[in-house]
Amino acid sequence: MSLLQLENLSVTFGNFRAVDNISYKVEEGEVLGIVGESGSGKSVSSLSIMGLIDFPGKVSADRLTFDNQDLQAMPEKQRRKLTGSDIAMIFQDPMTSLNPCFTVGYQIIEALKTHQGGSKKELKMRAIELLTQVGIPAPESRLDNYPHQLSGGMSQRVMIAMSIACNPRLLIADEPTTALDVTIQAQIIDLLIDLQRQKQMGLVLITHDLALVAEVAHRVIVMYAGQIVESGPASEVFSTPRHPYTQALLASLPESAAGKARLEALPGVVPGQYDRPLGCLLSPRCPYATDHCRKVEPANQGDLDRQVKCHTPLDSEGRPAA
Amino acid sequence: MNQFDDSFDTTVDNQLILKANNLKQHYHVKQGMFKPDAVVKAVDGISFNLEKGKTLAVVGESGCGKSTLGRMLTMIETPTDGSLAHLGEDLLTLNKDAQKKLRQKIQIIFQNPYGSLNPRKKIGAILEEPLVINTTLSKAERKEKALAIMAKVGLKTEHYDRYPHMFSGGQRQRIAIARGLMLDPNVIVADEPVSALDVSVQAQVLNLMMDLQEEFGLSYVFISHDLSVVEHIADDVMVMYLGKVVEQGTRKQLFENPKHPYTLALLSSTPQLSPEKRRIRIKLEGELPSPLNPPSGCAFHGRCSYANDRCKTETPSLRLDNKESQEQGHLIACHAVEENRINLTTQGAA
Repeated sequence: MSLLQLENLSVTFGNFRAVDNISYKVEEGEVLGIVGESGSGKSVSSLSIMGLIDFPGKVSADRLTFDNQDLQAMPEKQRRKLTGSDIAMIFQDPMTSLNPCFTVGYQIIEALKTHQGGSKKELKMRAIELLTQVGIPAPESRLDNYPHQLSGGMSQRVMIAMSIACNPRLLIADEPTTALDVTIQAQIIDLLIDLQRQKQMGLVLITHDLALVAEVAHRVIVMYAGQIVESGPASEVFSTPRHPYTQALLASLPESAAGKARLEALPGVVPGQYDRPLGCLLSPRCPYATDHCRKVEPANQGDLDRQVKCHTPLDSEGRPAA
Repeated sequence: MNQFDDSFDTTVDNQLILKANNLKQHYHVKQGMFKPDAVVKAVDGISFNLEKGKTLAVVGESGCGKSTLGRMLTMIETPTDGSLAHLGEDLLTLNKDAQKKLRQKIQIIFQNPYGSLNPRKKIGAILEEPLVINTTLSKAERKEKALAIMAKVGLKTEHYDRYPHMFSGGQRQRIAIARGLMLDPNVIVADEPVSALDVSVQAQVLNLMMDLQEEFGLSYVFISHDLSVVEHIADDVMVMYLGKVVEQGTRKQLFENPKHPYTLALLSSTPQLSPEKRRIRIKLEGELPSPLNPPSGCAFHGRCSYANDRCKTETPSLRLDNKESQEQGHLIACHAVEENRINLTTQGAA
């Protein structure tokens, strides 16, 4: 049974569909990577799981369950109890997601107090334990630090400590390392994966760094303009992409072109609110698009384990099917 | 550092465009009334040669001084020490008028295309401003030139009258590149030009930069923290750590035969798509030390697994790697490499 299950989740802001009918599931102890360019709806879809979409945003789904509990049907109070403890999230920019007016210790203890309670002394001990777990040296003295006294990597460690404070079963990490240097990125990713293995959490790793997902994720979802265009086991999706967009993304990475050869850049940009094409959303940029693609939106082909949203999925040689 | 003392080469194909020798930028930081000023050595003795049509990449983590280097090369800041020569003329000893002339030949592209374009000016005005200041061209001539450059970077004629907010990140970076090209420069300093862009747009901009390099014979100083981009675009690479160069060489030397422990760590931390290209992860403990209070000896010793007592006391100098005498110009600043203490058999594909 899946930990998190989404069916036809949509998020709309007025007339604009930021997330358009996406379905996926996360199993316990699984790392799911969600990749896509900016504006593809990666963050909005995860915010909607956390219940963080405010008016005028609207979330609708045929099914949105966490551990067989319907998140949409449950009362607000109960849902708030669940998010933050059983489902936790790490945000992109650690420097701005910590409150600059309170000490690190206060902010960690606040999360603990809300969800678990306990005496002042116990809470403090637990906070120190958490900071040790995420590899912060001299945690006792760090408790009294304000966020501005910490470096980017340290702040992200504090954010991780806060998110794992209540032993979540599902952790959503939204671009957790984008603002960090590569050596620090490696440290943070190692830490996240270690914690995920230890606690057998489900981890949703949202990023635009394809190589990072290729290294750590079990399964991967590729999003484009609010839709899931391809999903499947990470090794398969990256070795034999079925969707032209995935193929193009991989081809545009510098490491896939030898020497100083030109990169195979996909022309154009992700469509926004006012230039959404008819039919397949990729059709204006797709090298294989036909008239049929420009008129009719393709359906998802294949089962949930290996899906592709294309009229003419690519074969193993990377050519479109007839 | 013999290779930097070569006399100026006048042959056209490998013409030396930019030659920096022992560039330094030290800032004085006040620490209060009774304490002496602290000195931050943002850039501490950097030398390189840049030839026509080549790309020199500068790599390092944030705070290592790579952007400060870019600002010195474009003379936004004056180096506190060292010499910088453009086509054999020392930029730092010239008078103001001559400096202004030479400055036109070295242009910069900034990292954030959202912050580097004036939102209240139209694209045409942004592109023509350098011409207004530096040339005597008439209004019609300026417009003609702006439109010609816009076509070169893939912008349309109708974009001339638009404001920056009407453009996407990739297009803005094209505008920034166009602005850099307006005065027919020889050198473009690109400070993280693609790090704010998505991968598909990043590929478009990198392709554009390579096309322009071929067409105009531009030399690039490409500042980046993304090693996969650097491996693609660079001819020579310089790895910086806390204001100093730790390893310098051609792209081939650096990526196929990296020597310095920091370069090894950087390479192994960069995620790789294909499993066979992945290297054994070298875990770096800790973070970049504060430049206000740099460690003694080798600045990297606190995070380096090969560090010994000599590394803690004696600062290593940048020297030629003696083991590869046939390959020229691979410079490394490391005691461990010199003493052959690094066991490279643990390197390579995982």
